[in-house]
Amino acid sequence: MSQPRALWNPYVAGVALGVVLFLTFIVTGHGLGVTGATTSITAVTTAAVAPGAIAPHDYLAGYVRRGLDQWIVWEVLGVAIGGMAGAMLGRRFAGRIDGPPKASTPAKIGLALSGGLVSGLGARFALGCTSGMGLSGSAPLGAAGFLFLIGFFAAGAAFGLVLKPLWQRRSTI
Amino acid sequence: MIAPLDLAGPVSGVALGIGFGFVLENAGFGNPEILTGQLRFTNWSVFQTMFTAIIVSSILLNVAAFFGVVSFSNIFIPSVLFWGTLLGGMCVGIGFAVGGYCPGTSIVGFMSGRVDAIVFLIGIGAGTLVFNMIYPIIGSWIYTQAGPDALTVPQLLHIPAWAVIALLAAVLLGVGYLVSKGKLTASCAAPRAGVGMPRGAAMPNKH
Repeated sequence: MSQPRALWNPYVAGVALGVVLFLTFIVTGHGLGVTGATTSITAVTTAAVAPGAIAPHDYLAGYVRRGLDQWIVWEVLGVAIGGMAGAMLGRRFAGRIDGPPKASTPAKIGLALSGGLVSGLGARFALGCTSGMGLSGSAPLGAAGFLFLIGFFAAGAAFGLVLKPLWQRRSTI
Repeated sequence: MIAPLDLAGPVSGVALGIGFGFVLENAGFGNPEILTGQLRFTNWSVFQTMFTAIIVSSILLNVAAFFGVVSFSNIFIPSVLFWGTLLGGMCVGIGFAVGGYCPGTSIVGFMSGRVDAIVFLIGIGAGTLVFNMIYPIIGSWIYTQAGPDALTVPQLLHIPAWAVIALLAAVLLGVGYLVSKGKLTASCAAPRAGVGMPRGAAMPNKH
């Protein structure tokens, strides 16, 4: 099995990301995002699987009406394609259950599910996630983008330090 | 003024999305160990990549506006919904620490073969449905706007945009200097970079 290729230097990746983000503003008038799409997909899927689960006056009702033919849904499809292309070309694609090395497999799944739930809830509070609010809100120097990032890093670091023991690997030296 | 071009169709979406996903993956952001390493201060690439991207796109936007290519009045700038924005950022940060990803990076993690990342995405769907349920109770106060529409940091601090960008660049370079001297990296990880790391988890901070 060939070795995975080296990752990009973070500054190089940052410049590339900044250029993609700038082009997105020039082409569409807004930035990049993700949870606009996950919200649409959740709304449309729920309405299809459980008709009546989303009432006409619900928050998600508008998302059901607008359907999946949204710019951000197409963009997220592109993110999936680009992510897979990066993993393939970088020889980093491998099926696995990732997460804290010291957690059991059921614990990893539980952590991923609960983390996703809190993240999905938070993205609706803020009307955007790390991409749509943190990155795309801060690039045009929006105060909301920076307020989001302050909350993101402060709460993230607090929980990151609490969970740190789960990530410590046995020393191999 | 020629931009924005208002190309909101599938082609522009897929094309720009591919660029976004490809960069995220090559930055190592499909890997939860690298991502959450930022929160444990063992890996600074999340901060460095994000701050560089914000500064670069901010400079490009301001240069484009200066030359009349684009006007900020036609660029979407989110308004501050004080509690929504702050609590939302905190929840996405907690989800990042607990689940290993944020929404965008979970897509990249899944597409590089990680089963836990699709579980995280299912969790996002569940969180969206929880929000739909509690929206009638919290909707009235969580989306209360603070300050004027599309408030920017230059407006808030009464300083020009270039000064804000210079400040951000100073923070980025200052952090970069301290990281290169090993002063910001938690002691347990830095001295044995690469040892015991999973495949593909090269330490991007080691040049």
